[in-house]
Amino acid sequence: MLFYSFFKTLVDQTVTIELKNDLAITGTLVSVDQFLNIKLDNIKVVDEARYPHMITVKNCFIRGSVVRYVQLPSQAVDTALLQDAARREAAQPSTVQQANVRVK
Amino acid sequence: MSLLNGFVDKLVSVITLDGRVLGTTRGVDSAGNIILEKCHERVFSSDGTEVVPLGLYVIRGDSIGIIGQIDTDAETEMNIEELRAEPLPAISL
Repeated sequence: MLFYSFFKTLVDQTVTIELKNDLAITGTLVSVDQFLNIKLDNIKVVDEARYPHMITVKNCFIRGSVVRYVQLPSQAVDTALLQDAARREAAQPSTVQQANVRVK
Repeated sequence: MSLLNGFVDKLVSVITLDGRVLGTTRGVDSAGNIILEKCHERVFSSDGTEVVPLGLYVIRGDSIGIIGQIDTDAETEMNIEELRAEPLPAISL
């Protein structure tokens, strides 16, 4: 559940989700669930000239299973803390609490 | 899937793993399946977009890629059949 907790700390940040069909969508992260399904607001498709299919869509739900990459703003992530939490979860999967990951 | 509850009774665009349909959500469940009413499919091509009426559809959650809520004002302003675009590539899991 570490990455679920991690993504919850990124709510309200602007992220770019790259999908498995090479479509990339930028938007404000609204919410995330345990399957890493993602909800975005004020979305904009990257390369809109080539992919105008979602031009009238303003907010969307992206199924976790179709996500290839999530591009994050680097200033919103404390990589040292994330690495530490990931190692701790690997050592003791059940004891890692969401308090381990917090945005500064 | 609680994230989907906000889409009930809204006009949505669903990008499935292989194509795309549009309709008004009538119901969702915890497995991510959705029921769409007044559904139609948009077949994109470089000569313009064809709209194929489908009716009432249940879409199984695992074949859904994106569900987007449509801005109805923007939708009525544009003529979808004029939209020229290559079909979206299939999503292979």
